[in-house]
Amino acid sequence: MNGMDAYIEYAISALLVIGGLFGLVGSFGLLKLRDTMQRLHAPTKATTVGVGSALIASMAYFMLIEGKTSWHELLITLFLFLTAPITANFIAKAHMHLAIREEDMPATGVGTDWATYDPEMEVVDPALLEPVQRN
Amino acid sequence: MLKRLFPHPLLSVVLFVTWMLLVNQFKIGSLVMALILSIIIPWMTAAYWPNRPKLKQLPAFAAYCLLVMWDIIVANIQVAKIILFMPANKIQSAWIPVPIELKTPEAITMLAGTITMTPGTVTADMSSCGRVLLIHSLHAPDPDAIRDDIKSRYEARLKRIFE
Repeated sequence: MNGMDAYIEYAISALLVIGGLFGLVGSFGLLKLRDTMQRLHAPTKATTVGVGSALIASMAYFMLIEGKTSWHELLITLFLFLTAPITANFIAKAHMHLAIREEDMPATGVGTDWATYDPEMEVVDPALLEPVQRN
Repeated sequence: MLKRLFPHPLLSVVLFVTWMLLVNQFKIGSLVMALILSIIIPWMTAAYWPNRPKLKQLPAFAAYCLLVMWDIIVANIQVAKIILFMPANKIQSAWIPVPIELKTPEAITMLAGTITMTPGTVTADMSSCGRVLLIHSLHAPDPDAIRDDIKSRYEARLKRIFE
């Protein structure tokens, strides 16, 4: 193995370690933070760089060591960016429904309710909530 | 003719590129398949995007993506610092209502997604009239500064790109 390869491997290893550290911090945040909304911040943030650097390490490894180009990592990044905000939003809304009263929220300042609490935003057909008849 | 074959050029390009990335190697067969998909899927889904937004400035959009990427890295380091070094009872979380000027659903979705992915903030809800976003901030000693930062850093750029 020549000198250049060694440096490439150092760089890839560094990326993997950084990724692992950020994943660890995200998990530690789940333990340390005090309520659901605070905990929501830990995994959605601290892990994007964690996953990101693992993916960059993977791309760099295949490109520079194996000599093949791999593009799947870009797609993983794309799908992560599309899904992470939506998951976070769903968890936040579910938590608001279950654990936070509307009075404890700041006002919107424009006269209407927050959509989660607004009875007029109820779009679920009541028939759907009734238990399905089974034989 | 070209307009009828590709009614939604951007969607076609995205589908084409996504397919080629999924296949992960360059072959004529997958090139043909990608082309077929990029013609058929926009044609089949045309009914679902009657008033699709026009991306007016593609370079500005690319610049915006880079800016968000950079902010995400900074955000991660900031959040990691708060988690590791700040005592749990010193963390001042806050709900922040952010009035928005954006009108198109796509631009608002982009803004909400950006907020969730960047420094210590999560988009939790929207007012039912669609003019205010509700944001939760992990550590916000000065909520007004965060609101102004979101408006000047992200919303202003999205407004130029989409509206």
